[in-house]
Amino acid sequence: MSKISKSWRRGLAAGAVATLVAGLVGACGGSDDTGEQAKLGKDDTLTITTFSEFGYGDLIDKWNADPERPFKVKQTVVAEWDTWKQSLTTGLQSGEGLTDIVGIEGDMMPALVAEGASEQFVDLTDKELDSRWMESKYLEGQTADGKQIGYPTDAGPEAFCYRADLFEKAGLPSDREAVKELFADWDTYFATGDKFKAKMPKTAWYDSSGAIAQAMLNQVEFPFQTKDQKVDVDNPELRKVYDTVAQHAATQSTKVEQWGEDWTANFTNDGFATIPCPGWMFANIKDSAPDVKGWDIVDAFPGGGGNWGGSYLAVPAQSEHQEEAKEFANYLTTADSQVAASKVAGNFPANLEAQTVLAEENATDTYFNDAPTSQILANRADAVPAGVPFKGDKYSDILGLFQQAIRRVDEGTDPEKSWATFLEGVEGMS
Amino acid sequence: MPTTTSAPVENATSATSTGASPRRQTWRDRLSRWDLKLSPYLYIAPFFLVFAAIGLYPMLYTGYLSFFSWPAYGSEVGPWVGWDNYAHVLGDSVFRKAFWNTIGIFLLSSVPQIIVATILAALLDTRLRGRTLWRMSILLPFVVAPAASAMIFGSIFADNTGLINQMLDGFGLSKVPWHADRFASWTAIATMVNWRWTGYNALIILAAMQAIPRDLYEAADIDGASKVKQFFHVTLPSIRPTMIFVIVTSTIGGLQIFTEPRIFDTNLRFQGGSDFQYTTLTMYVFNTAQTTTNPYPRAAAAAWVLFLIIVGIALVNFLVTRAVQRRSLR
Repeated sequence: MSKISKSWRRGLAAGAVATLVAGLVGACGGSDDTGEQAKLGKDDTLTITTFSEFGYGDLIDKWNADPERPFKVKQTVVAEWDTWKQSLTTGLQSGEGLTDIVGIEGDMMPALVAEGASEQFVDLTDKELDSRWMESKYLEGQTADGKQIGYPTDAGPEAFCYRADLFEKAGLPSDREAVKELFADWDTYFATGDKFKAKMPKTAWYDSSGAIAQAMLNQVEFPFQTKDQKVDVDNPELRKVYDTVAQHAATQSTKVEQWGEDWTANFTNDGFATIPCPGWMFANIKDSAPDVKGWDIVDAFPGGGGNWGGSYLAVPAQSEHQEEAKEFANYLTTADSQVAASKVAGNFPANLEAQTVLAEENATDTYFNDAPTSQILANRADAVPAGVPFKGDKYSDILGLFQQAIRRVDEGTDPEKSWATFLEGVEGMS
Repeated sequence: MPTTTSAPVENATSATSTGASPRRQTWRDRLSRWDLKLSPYLYIAPFFLVFAAIGLYPMLYTGYLSFFSWPAYGSEVGPWVGWDNYAHVLGDSVFRKAFWNTIGIFLLSSVPQIIVATILAALLDTRLRGRTLWRMSILLPFVVAPAASAMIFGSIFADNTGLINQMLDGFGLSKVPWHADRFASWTAIATMVNWRWTGYNALIILAAMQAIPRDLYEAADIDGASKVKQFFHVTLPSIRPTMIFVIVTSTIGGLQIFTEPRIFDTNLRFQGGSDFQYTTLTMYVFNTAQTTTNPYPRAAAAAWVLFLIIVGIALVNFLVTRAVQRRSLR
């Protein structure tokens, strides 16, 4: 008995040791940066993650249905950018776990083209594509030494969406042309808000403090950082945006958090009357309030113009199918693809040819009371001040902290105290 | 199993020298001696090997990491920075908020939880019809998946459309800002914790109560002690060791609380409230690892500070326990 059980026991111990060693070796072996490249066959899958609504669903379905396709594509859609930003950051910093193509919000690009981060991405440079996109957008996706990290998908020239029916009830003009003057500048906009609230105490003037803060912020030349990337948030221009939004939070804002359930509910229950409206917001409104009649779009924006959002497609260096990923990112940003995506999501494409096609079609949108959407967005794009705001490498992170500062004021924190917390948070980033 | 005791082994060693094949005998004896000396260690080795791989190694690596920097969006460790990360964590007002939040939520959950669990156990320890049914049903919340309870409590504590606020609104009372007010958020989270763990603790305490000799109660009855008096003077003193166990485990669990505040969180950045009203220490560690400024090193430093805090409180627990036990022996 003893012989057998002894050898069995020894075997067990050896097994345990082997397991431990294998575990340790395995734990150490996982930090390979650049994925080993593997060719994709017809039934292999390329993966892509986008957020919010890029409008690629139909395009990808069509691609997969085509028997001639070189490979299959699977899209993951994350509802909110902030959530996806966290996963993306973790994926980059751990060197694994990302899809072959990732959608990236434009605000984060300055951080990713910076030294250190840019090595995490594949160079997508393609001479033939140099004049495909709006130059400013194209250059934002490029490092200082010309490595192209992202292909631009769309831009976010802002108009204002408004509830014409609620405007009428409040005794305001509601016609698309007539309301233009109400959106001439921010003072007029807030003054109109006071008038509206006097008549309609139960409805807020705008959807959220965060959206208005974002809109005003996009007209500040150096909101967070100076030209040489030095962090400077305690500047009078940023403080003015903060004070204005904080001042009107109590009277004109819904005080709910953007993208939350309460925010979505307000689209249908007459929660608010106006919302800053880049092209990509159209889909949000339609999805949130499919049955509400009265939404309209005005071809004006307080203080001239502004750009909110606009995204990129990038290929992380950890992808094992970089060639195919590059090819598919190229396909998704062609004029044809972008026109199709724009029709689904309302996005204003960064692709120049797609812009021309859409302008020629001069599409209108029945949901928005037959508003000439493509014309409005083209006009709004022309009104966007060039190079404003300046986005430094910490823009996206500081913006997140700034939005939380506004959020605290919405929840009743003293504005001065909230501002101090914001400054401390920015301080902690260095 | 080696059934031989140490004495025969020694005898065997001395006897082998005269055997037919001495070398072989010696070899066997040596084996059996090793068997005796090494086997116990081999039996417990698997646990310690696994612990070393998935417990000790990550812990030591975390300590190592906490002295380095980490480039933004980089995937490899940066240069050595000494104690900088600890200085940042200890000087961070968010960390201090997280500390007090954790303590606050811990007190709001553990204290009522143990009191209610003890009372529940005492009630279940009586002669009820369908005892097993009642006893098993209080464990139900414990088997519900956390994600499911998140849905339940999400709709109870929603700020505008929540069940409680709708009711308050119906009575013309003002709504409770569950996610904005610090104390309200602690209460909500503590409720979720209590809902999950009270039944579990009650069952453990009940088991201890059932081990109390029944003649103690009979004697107390004869002496004319009321049920309440019996509870305080017979039941409570008898279950003291179990109470201490329950208190210690719920302390450790309470200091590591993560799931409940995380699923309660409606904040866009999952930072535990816009003003960090209900971020806990473990959430702080988790969220720090997702920033871009020295993410892992700072999170590692925070994790070590948290570890030391737990060790400190566990030590206090241990000393109190020993003092209480000594007193109860007298």
